[in-house]
Amino acid sequence: MLLNQFLLLGAVLFCTGVYGVLARRNAVLVLMSIELILNAVNINLLAFGAMHGEAAAVASQVFALFVITVAAAEVGVGLAIVLLIYRNRTSVDLDQVDLMRG
Amino acid sequence: MDVLSGPVAGVFRAPDVDYHAFAPELVLVAVLVAVLVVDLVLEGRGRRLVGGLAGIGLLAAMVPVLTLAVDGANRSMVGGAYVVDDFALVFKGLFLIAGYVTMLLSSDYLADDDYYEGEYYFLLLSSVLGMMVMASSRDLISIFVALELLSIPAYMLAGWRKRDLKGNEATLKYYLLGVFATGVMLYGMSLIFGITGETVLTEIGSKLQGPGASLPLVSLGIVFVIVGFAFKISAVPFHSWAPDTYEGAPTPITAFLSVASKAGGFVALMQLVFIGFLGRDDVWQPMFWVLAALTMTVGNLIALRQTNIVRMLAYSSVAQAGYMLLPFAVAGDLAKGPGAAMGPMTTYLLIYAAMNLGAFALVLAVARKTRSGEIASYGGLFEYAPGLTVLMSIFVFALAGIPPLGGWYGKLVVFKTLLDANTPWAIVLGVIAAVNSVIALYYYASVAREMWMRPVPDGDTTPVRVPAGLTAALSLCAVATVVIGVYPQVVARFGDLAVFSLLP
Repeated sequence: MLLNQFLLLGAVLFCTGVYGVLARRNAVLVLMSIELILNAVNINLLAFGAMHGEAAAVASQVFALFVITVAAAEVGVGLAIVLLIYRNRTSVDLDQVDLMRG
Repeated sequence: MDVLSGPVAGVFRAPDVDYHAFAPELVLVAVLVAVLVVDLVLEGRGRRLVGGLAGIGLLAAMVPVLTLAVDGANRSMVGGAYVVDDFALVFKGLFLIAGYVTMLLSSDYLADDDYYEGEYYFLLLSSVLGMMVMASSRDLISIFVALELLSIPAYMLAGWRKRDLKGNEATLKYYLLGVFATGVMLYGMSLIFGITGETVLTEIGSKLQGPGASLPLVSLGIVFVIVGFAFKISAVPFHSWAPDTYEGAPTPITAFLSVASKAGGFVALMQLVFIGFLGRDDVWQPMFWVLAALTMTVGNLIALRQTNIVRMLAYSSVAQAGYMLLPFAVAGDLAKGPGAAMGPMTTYLLIYAAMNLGAFALVLAVARKTRSGEIASYGGLFEYAPGLTVLMSIFVFALAGIPPLGGWYGKLVVFKTLLDANTPWAIVLGVIAAVNSVIALYYYASVAREMWMRPVPDGDTTPVRVPAGLTAALSLCAVATVVIGVYPQVVARFGDLAVFSLLP
């Protein structure tokens, strides 16, 4: 069935994103990986919405629009933080940001 | 065929808006726009004015909360997606008061630094607004939007000291883990939406009671959503950001994050679990059991070896989140229904807010003189600041749960819930919690020992000057902590109120 293919794409994107967040050391690439996760969410939402009929389709599209909008705001803040780190340290390597050890 | 046939046919009718129900949020929106404009017009000359305006705004938003509480009717709007009931009002009150206390803590802290103030208050108000919306959200979309509205300003506030490397690190760790957690939560939400085809929690709840609820996909969705919020409430193993962010952020913001932001996460979890996921307690109950046991134990054990007071309080607040998770872990086994777990959690959250805000207010007051966060710098505090010493003793012993100070009652209701459940797992969890309370007493008492018994480290015994705002915040928290301890009925009443009226 067609739905499976969309869900599979969503799952692959999600896993790629999670791997990127955990493995990448460059802050900008981590931000991009987070975007992948959010796009996986959007694909899931739209695929499921199309499956459930008209009312659910509208709800899913509204949900996806909110995810896109909020993600833009989030990344705006994220890039500002990365820029701040770069100005103070001239590097965006996350491994070097270790003044405090959790 | 007419383009406008189908679901959008006909004239657009605006939905009925119950302005009274939205009044607290509307007041807050008006105030935060005013703060932004006043700051823009006065260009930094009206620093005090902006802070005062924001504080008055928070108190003004309290008025409609009270009138709604007196009115007492449950108001459900937008097809059940936004509900104003007693539960929502109790938490809106908590968020406004916590925001106001943070404001009191911030005013002198900011004035000492060379940073802009207008944006600070604007961001703080935005975050409080997000929490207010969260308390009423009964829909996946509005929960998500409220979560972002409360988190994004908090990311920026955590990094307020732009030129401080620790501040940078605090905001980076908070942001990356927070956003990652949001992504995981959203993926879980998309799965739950996919199975049920609904976003309103009550609808999801009824679908998850019926056939199809036991699909593995639903379980996966529930696990992801809970993991997402476990970051927000800093439950172990998702707590790693908390100590670093708490240490690097400005201390008033640390107080705000450890109380209000954590309460926001708990509010969302209660709504999701007790309305949406009620039928699947086989998934969330064991998960909360593990989270609660780990959170208490790891939080307390690491707190034992901290030498910095803010980090100690950070781990202590991680451990406190563990106690608050206890009722979740046994909710499905309660004879009176899962809803009976909500009262104890709310009660604990309210008490925790008073004592933890107080402890951070005191850290701020002492740091004005010692300029240090080391626990050793509290040595001999009694010699030059007896009043502060007594207050700090009240707060740490309240956190440890010693009667007659507030904390004991929170612990009592939580333990009572475990005993009510009366299953072997609940009893085991109760034993773990009891052992943890003893461990916690050690590090709380060591702060008291430092203050009362040790000598002053550098021999400097000039008295600490505490500004008016800080004094007000300290007395507010101290009075609340002591009064709750002596007359626990005050918060018990709120705890009873804060149960959803629509529970089956």
